[in-house]
Parts: sequence; structure tokens; C-alpha cells
Amino acid sequence: MGPAPAPTHSAITLQVNGEKYTLSVDHRTTLLDALRERLDLTGTKKGCDQGQCGACTVLLDGRRAVSCLQLAVAAEGREITTIEGLADGERLHPVQQAFLDLDGYQCGYCTPGQICSAVAVIEEHAAGWPSAATDDVRPEAGVPELTAEEIRERMSGNLCRCGAYVSIVQAVARAAGAEEAAV
Amino acid sequence: MTTAPTRPAAAQGSVGTAHTRVEGRDKVTGAARYAAEIPFTGLAHGWLVLSTVARGRIRAVDADAALALPGVLAVLHHGNAPRLVTDYVGMLGVPDPTAAVFQHDRVPHAGWPVALVVAETPEQAREAADTLAVRYDEEPHDIAFSAARPDAYPVDGYTPAVTEKGDVEAGLAASAVVVDEEYTTPEEHHSAMEPHAATARWDGGRLEVVDSNQGSTWVQSELAAMFALDPSAVRVVSEHVGGGFGSKGVRAQQVAAAMAASVLGRPVRVVLTRRQVFSLTGYRSPTAQRIRLGADAGGRLRVLEHRSWNQTSTVYEFVESSAGPARVLYDAEAHRTSQEVVRLDVPSPTWMRAPGEAPGSFALESAFDELAEKCGIDPIELRLRNEPETGPVSGLPFAGRNLAACFREGARRFGWAERDPRPGVRRDGRWLLGTGTAAASFPVGAGASTAALTAEADGTFTVRIAAADIGTGARTALTLVAADALGTAPERVRVRVGDSAFGSAWIAGGSMGTRSWSWAVTEAARELRERLALSGEIPPEGITVRSDTTEAIGALARKERHSFGAQFAEVAVDVATGEVRVRRMLGIFAAGRIVNPLTARSQLIGGMTWGISMALHEEAVRDRVTGAHYGADLAGYHVATHADVPRIEADWVDDTDPDDPVGIKGIGEVGIVGAAAAIANAVWHATGVRHRALPIRPDRVLTGGTAGV
Ligand code: FES
Ligand code: FES
Repeated sequence: MGPAPAPTHSAITLQVNGEKYTLSVDHRTTLLDALRERLDLTGTKKGCDQGQCGACTVLLDGRRAVSCLQLAVAAEGREITTIEGLADGERLHPVQQAFLDLDGYQCGYCTPGQICSAVAVIEEHAAGWPSAATDDVRPEAGVPELTAEEIRERMSGNLCRCGAYVSIVQAVARAAGAEEAAV
Repeated sequence: MTTAPTRPAAAQGSVGTAHTRVEGRDKVTGAARYAAEIPFTGLAHGWLVLSTVARGRIRAVDADAALALPGVLAVLHHGNAPRLVTDYVGMLGVPDPTAAVFQHDRVPHAGWPVALVVAETPEQAREAADTLAVRYDEEPHDIAFSAARPDAYPVDGYTPAVTEKGDVEAGLAASAVVVDEEYTTPEEHHSAMEPHAATARWDGGRLEVVDSNQGSTWVQSELAAMFALDPSAVRVVSEHVGGGFGSKGVRAQQVAAAMAASVLGRPVRVVLTRRQVFSLTGYRSPTAQRIRLGADAGGRLRVLEHRSWNQTSTVYEFVESSAGPARVLYDAEAHRTSQEVVRLDVPSPTWMRAPGEAPGSFALESAFDELAEKCGIDPIELRLRNEPETGPVSGLPFAGRNLAACFREGARRFGWAERDPRPGVRRDGRWLLGTGTAAASFPVGAGASTAALTAEADGTFTVRIAAADIGTGARTALTLVAADALGTAPERVRVRVGDSAFGSAWIAGGSMGTRSWSWAVTEAARELRERLALSGEIPPEGITVRSDTTEAIGALARKERHSFGAQFAEVAVDVATGEVRVRRMLGIFAAGRIVNPLTARSQLIGGMTWGISMALHEEAVRDRVTGAHYGADLAGYHVATHADVPRIEADWVDDTDPDDPVGIKGIGEVGIVGAAAAIANAVWHATGVRHRALPIRPDRVLTGGTAGV
């Protein structure tokens, strides 16, 4: 008798938008597919399934990540925030509101990923993280101004084929209170 | 003392006022569900298997190993798939047989669908698809596209293959200035962010498909024809669509899902992978174009010749109508245009945002810049001197041609008057700077549509129309149009789209959607107001009227109907690295009445963003040996991202179509037209070197260097 076949499924608990979900997943299941196919949280989009478009961006412990390159089994114990978890009841998150008001989208398919990215970008910037567009990266230079160029650089992992970039940048700037710097 | 004006009982003037998208909240909260996101009980998942050879026959599909894997339910291929009807003429002509999957053993190109594996879960289906053994008898393939091919031949598509007047050779001999150049554009892909997806379910003899498409009537009628059903037995629903750009018609996924659902007796979903999207959903053919211009010393054209070649597949004849702009923008005594195709072992190309006009305007508007240079005339002045009175080919009057107004307003806002025409004389550190301009035009049309409009008992109104909102803002635009036509506020109008059960309607394509659907909504509103004036109480089920614009559109006078625009770009070129950066862009358009300035601006800017992408980035490359793409994904195929796109401004001048009930023309495509030429012309102005092959890649800039700098 040979060895027992290796198990192909595991029971895991995912913490999404403050709720706990226990489910049995195929080990090959990505976090993206677990959200969309198993938890019916379809706000997170699949544009490429290979880490190239940003449509599947979620927040993992507050930091942005492409969920198509995460296995669901590896996301246990992480605090996962998706587009469905950003609004406070009926009150939209400021980034969501700015996208809505400034038309930061067209078809809407890249939008949840853009918004999740933008939420993290604003925090990364406020925490003083430099980007490739930052002129002075010395710590003593302090937090760089959130210019349009900074926003574009930091948001470049999120493709928008409708070409809504111009208004997305304006929306991110407005939500960050940086509209003047980002003209 | 001022008195507040008396407000009319019903709000007016919604058309022309900025309005956020009616489905906007659903889109920013993730609540909007796209095709692959509608839950079905008992759903099975299909995974397509594509050919690995570029030409040949399928010798055998050995499905035993795949079928033995856990969860696998079926393997469909040409040996066992249901037969389809393919010899019909659909809403947009003869169908591309690429969608009629598994009907024979021939493989006409790499990435041809050869099988569908269906399983309980997507992971199981994907694994089984990977293990499926398909053996081929391979044949030599030919994918070498060029204008010099002796087997190229002219094809009448939606427009004639050849138009001709006057004597081109005699005109050139008599011209003081001649431009004779070749331009090329590469294979380009729509790359809508939402991959194609469909779920099919059979209920008795009825087929229901949840889909992502540009026209539910269109897909319904094609599926009905293929499966030999009465159209009333097919329902296609497509509520939210993650972009289309011409790629979302009938494709392999709807047909394969419908077949599998019938075989298994349960709902089946087929979602294309990003790689499959590159093979199965059409693309813009590469083009080779030759332009010959002859002019007098003052820049007045004596000769305009525009010849264009594109590739098509061996199974379908698709013409990229690149001569379109030449037939509209400029006249000359000798005027000749032609469009030819070369059949190759490649997938069928299709419409992609501004088909014909996008590549055609790159060539024509680059050539015009070259003529301006040779004549020593400002490029805008050159165009103004060549404004035709009537259609250059048709002789018909224009239904509004405000191109000159676009150039004047654009020149003012862009600061064109201060431009030094000499190339290669502006520097900003390591960057050479230049500006360029180009004209844009795109045809205007309307397709027959029906709409149902209900006056509800609670005083609100519901519009039902099989329109498609693929990101154009159609839902919102129709809300505003209906509100004005009904004399009510937009908040009291509900617009439902994307369901073939609402009756026949035109597609979101050809920049014709909003115009066609608004027409039907306006007609329905007129009739409903008449009915309401006569009736007293509204019954609980409401009062519903239906409109059909077939007759009205059929009675339209023949005119040259187009949207126009003037594109402006400023670029910075780093000749040490070859990098080109667009620093700013401005587009001024004359595109009929603008229904919703907020979303219209987005759409026009989106088109111009495509222009940046086309000018500098996009290029799908095929390997001659395998006949397949290199890097068929969003890393290998670069579309413009945030960092590539500067501040872009789009605006418009007053314009209308006098024969349209709302005055609409169309804005979906004109934004990309001329944009790549404006950028290429700016690169010339920066460096003194003409780039006649797109995209203007760093290696091309490096090889080209600078001239006269
Ligand atoms: S779907 Fe994850 S990056 Fe594209
Ligand atoms: S809104 Fe359509 S892809 Fe961004």
C-alpha cells in the first residue's frame, strides 16, 4: 500500500471586512477566487489573474495587495478589506465619494482596485513613504507633497483601459485633501 | 429687490447638465455585478482549450485522462459537439466563424478553440484543460503581413474598397510640392479590463445567457441563428459591462457555454483568461498605408491618394477602413483611396475603437504635417486652406462641419500662436520639446431601435431598452434625455438596459449607441405624453408605450454626417534613452449636442488616452515560427497606465445634427482619431525626425536620432 494521497483541501477561516468566514478550499484557490466564487464578494475584480492589472487589489492588514497572487490558504489570520468594506454604512469612504463625484471611472471594472489602491496610497504617502517620483528621499526631507506626478507613479499598478486616469488622479487628490498640489 | 423665478412644475434642461452616473454608487461600492458575478444554482465551469499550432488539422482529442480527473463533467470538441448553423446573415453581416466553436477539425490559426472542459469547479476545469491531449497534423503557416504581398486584394466592407476621381499621376507631375510616404501601425488589442464571460442555462427549449456584451439584441439574434431557435426563445442579459471597444460581440464563450449547458442540462459558465482574450476576441489588424499628396506652393491639394492594407484570417474577411478620413477631411482634383486585405493564418481582426479612422488618421494627419513642413505653412493653416465645401467623394452636403472652429478654439487654448515651427530647437534639460496637431473625424450614424416607456402609478417613469452601458454613461445619458422628453426631473426616471427581452435595439458601437437609443426614447416619450394627456388616472400596472425608430431612421436624408475634432499634444523626448513623454494634450471637438458633459468629457479623454497608448506603447507581436503571440498578457502588451498619462483636456464647440431629435452626433470614438498623429507630429517637432511606424518605441527614437538639432 502506498502512502495516502496528500490532502487537496483545507478548512480555513478568513477575516474579511470584519467578518469571519470558515470554508474548505482547494489549495490552488487564490484569495481572489475565494472572495468571488466562495464568499460571493464579487466587488473585487479579475482583470488578468496574473498580477498585471491591479483590478483585484485588496487591503491585507491595511496594505494593498493583488489578491490573484495570494493563495487563500495563505491569507488565514490576515485582516482582509475589500471594496465592500470601505463605506461606513450608507456613508461612502471619501475615496469612493470622490470617484463618484469626479467621474473617476467609466465601465467601473477597474474601479474597486483603483479605490483600494488609492486608500493605501494616501496612507503610504501620509506615512512618509517615498516613491520613484519623489525628488528628495532622505528621511529628514519629510513627507513629499502629494503632486499629480506622485499620485500617477503610486497608482501605476492599476490599469484602466477606459482611460479614466485624469479624473482618477483628481479624485485621489481630492480624497487626500491635496487638490491644490495635484493640478 | 429680486423675486425668485417661478419654477416650472417639471424640471427641464437636464440634457447638457453634468450628472454623475446613475449606477455610480454601485460601481464604487463593488455592488455592481458583471457577467461572471451573477450566482447560479448548480453552476458548472467550462475552460477553453486553444490550439497550439497555427495551421493544420486536429488528428485526435484524447479526453480519457481529463475525464478521469475529479470533478470533470464533460469534454466538448469537434468530434462530439452539437452542430450549429453558420450560413446566416446577422445584424452586422456575415458572422465570423471563429465563434462557431467545435464544428470541424481545421485549425486556421494559433489559439483557435479546440475543446471545452467542464468541471464542478474552475480549478478542476483548468487542471483538466491543461492535461487534455490534443494531437494535430501540422501544416506550414504564413503570418507575414506586408503591403508588398502580391495576394493582397481590394474588399468592399462597410465602405467601398476603392474611390477614384481625376488623374493622380498627372496631378503629382504638376504639383509644386509632393509627399509620398509609407506608414505602418501594428496589431493592437482592445484589452477591456473585464475578460469576456458568459453563463448559459437552458429551460426547456429556451436559452438564457448572462453575458458581457455591446448589444444584447445582437448576441441574442446571433445565438438564435446558430442554435436554430426563434429569437423569442433566447434571452441575453448584460447589465454591467467592463469595457468593450468593439471586442464584445458573439465570441467563443457564449457559444461554448450554451453548448455545454445543453449537453449537461445545467448552467455552465465560461470565462476567458486574459491570454485567451488575446486570441479569441478580435483585434485591430496591423496596417500598411501609402499616402501621396500633391499640392501647389500655397498648400492647396491637387492630389490625395491614400492606399491601405490590412491582414485578415483565412475564415473571415475583415477590412480595416483606414481610407475613411481621407474620404471626409480633404478634397483634391485627383482623389483616390483604396483598402486591401491579405489573408493569413491569423485570428480574425475586428472593429476596435475608431476602426479605420484610428490608423488611417495616423497616416493621413502625419502626411499633412509633412506637407505643411515642405510648404512652409502652419499645419493648422494648411488644413483650413483645404476645407471642402461638400463630401470629397460623395459630393453630399455636411450635416454640420465645425472642424475649423475646433482648430481655432484649440489653437487659442493651447497657445499655438507662440509656436516656433522649426523642429529640434526647444530644450528642457535632457528633454527635447515639441508640439503637434492633427484633425479628427468619425462617422455619425443611427441604428433602428425600440424602447418601452412606462408611466408608473407613483408618478415616476421607467425606460426599458436593450441598450448597453459599457462605460459610456449610456444609462445616465438616457435618463437625462428621457427626463427632458417627458418634462420631468431625472430623479423620477429609471432606465433599465442590457436585456434582450426589452425589444430590439442597436449596439454600443460605431459611436451610434446613445444617438440611436435616445431617438427611440424621445419618440416613446412623445407618444406617452400624448397618451397621458388623454387618460385620467394611471392604473396600478402603469401605462406603457413602445417606440420603433426603423421608419424615421430609414427616412433620414443622405448627408455627410461626422463628428470632428482638433487634437493638440506637447511631448518631451529624451534622445539618450529614446523615451517619449506626453506632457499635455488638448482636444476640441464638434460632436453634436453633448448630453452629459461630465461623462462626455471622460469618454473623450479616454479616447485621447488611447491615442497616447497607440502612439507610444501598444504593439502585439507574433512569432513567425509558432504563429502565436509573444507575451499575450498585460505585461507583454503595454497599455498606457497612470504614469504615462498627463493632464488631458477635452472640450467642445457648439454643434448639432439638425436631423437628430436630440441633436446628438457621437463621441465614443472621435477622441482617439488623430491623437497618435498629433503626438507623432510633436515628436518630429521635438527631434526633427519623422516616425512613420507606430508605436514610437525608445529603440526607434534612438535609431532615428535627431536631425538639424
Ligand atoms: S487580476 Fe490580479 S492583478 Fe490583474
Ligand atoms: S473604468 Fe473601465 S477599466 Fe477603468
